[in-house]
Amino acid sequence: MDIQLGLAGKDFVILLADNQITNSILTIKHDEDKIYKLSEHVVMSVSGEPGDSSNFSEYILGNTVLYNIRNQHELSVDSCAKFTRKELANALRSRSPYQVNYLIGGYNTISQKPALYRIDYLASIAKVEFAAHGYASYFCYSIFDRMKKPDLTQDEALDILAACVNELTRRLVINHSSYTLKLVDSNGVRVINGEELLKRTSAK
Amino acid sequence: MARRYDSRTTIFSPEGRLYQVEYAMEAINHAGTVIGMLCDDGIVLAAEKQQSSKLLESSLDGEKIYEVNENLIAGVAGITSDANLLLNEGRLIAQNYLQIYDDNIPVEMLVKRLCDIKQGYTQFGGLRPFGTSFLIAGWDEHVGFQLYQTDPAGNYSGWKATCIGVNSSSAQSLLKQEYKSKSEPSSSDQQGATGTENASDIADDDTPFSLDSALELTCKVMTKTLDSSKISNENLEFATLTLHNGVPKVHLFKSNETDALLKKYVPEKTTPKE
Repeated sequence: MDIQLGLAGKDFVILLADNQITNSILTIKHDEDKIYKLSEHVVMSVSGEPGDSSNFSEYILGNTVLYNIRNQHELSVDSCAKFTRKELANALRSRSPYQVNYLIGGYNTISQKPALYRIDYLASIAKVEFAAHGYASYFCYSIFDRMKKPDLTQDEALDILAACVNELTRRLVINHSSYTLKLVDSNGVRVINGEELLKRTSAK
Repeated sequence: MARRYDSRTTIFSPEGRLYQVEYAMEAINHAGTVIGMLCDDGIVLAAEKQQSSKLLESSLDGEKIYEVNENLIAGVAGITSDANLLLNEGRLIAQNYLQIYDDNIPVEMLVKRLCDIKQGYTQFGGLRPFGTSFLIAGWDEHVGFQLYQTDPAGNYSGWKATCIGVNSSSAQSLLKQEYKSKSEPSSSDQQGATGTENASDIADDDTPFSLDSALELTCKVMTKTLDSSKISNENLEFATLTLHNGVPKVHLFKSNETDALLKKYVPEKTTPKE
């Protein structure tokens, strides 16, 4: 029942993820940050099998950091996504595949463009302007389609995410009490207060 | 005394030297000259092909300058067969990077990887070191145009203009005089210092040279450096690396293009008879 959303705007990308870790009908934790910061301009949200997702994500994180140290420049968001896809595809064809889904978003400081990639556990990759994984996708794609426009501003993007969260709260059987939001632009990664998004929701 | 330490590549002599490695470097100093030069909008490589016999058929494609990747070319001085092996490895490294990251390999990363291979043969026993030096010209989006020189010991350094092979020291001093750069328009010392120069230094103050003037200077230095008075496509090879709409473009000169270039920039008396 993980919720993962992503939006690419004019010069930024926002990822949203819920904070719950569940086991069967139990909520184990409700303040988990599922959005990893891979580098100054790249973030990655993860859902899937709990053990797999932390293990594989930390592997990707470690390799990205190692690359940055070795080469004294940041691995671009595009290369991060392609690298993750390749590692996932290799694992898929081994004895121990990983059950994880990713949204990788970031700002390419060289081409000066934002990018959002959707990668699922079958290692398919797509560069998209908006994305969702899991049950959230049944509710949110129609909202994205209706509210999406070219050169989205940050405020408009937050409005879209607020509308998504509103819909999920109303219709999804599971309720999530809190969310993590991370925004990446040319200045780097910024955490947006999830409470404020919920306020935006109730104001509508 | 030195003889005792000559045969083993990996054993230091009492004076702290590795003779085999030094001999390998010496071999480079007898190889055909290779000149590399950075300019505003690209890099020029030029190489001398040493002719062993009039009867020898020269190979159709170049034998001194090779494309390693979309964004990389390498000029070779030394044992060609050794170079072929390293170039093959370099191409593999570049393709492997492309497969993993869907991007061209950063220039310094490839240079470093090639030098790691070379270094290995100066430390792990029973084998001789590679008898080759490279001038590697490349472009990547992080640093821009870069020119590196490598030696058989596995050292590498970044340059604005440099030369390896026979008569390289006289060519270098000529380059020192003639090569101009933006920060210091006079013809003073703008060459890279000894040791590893940080590649980003090169990109910081780019040169006012256009590709054409770099080609002209390369021709001039090459003419003065070459032993033979006759200069033609039979003993010279040229290549350039430029940028077209943000995409690097490698150009290895065909023999007729080389002739046209020489005709343009080399005084009449030394150009070949048509």
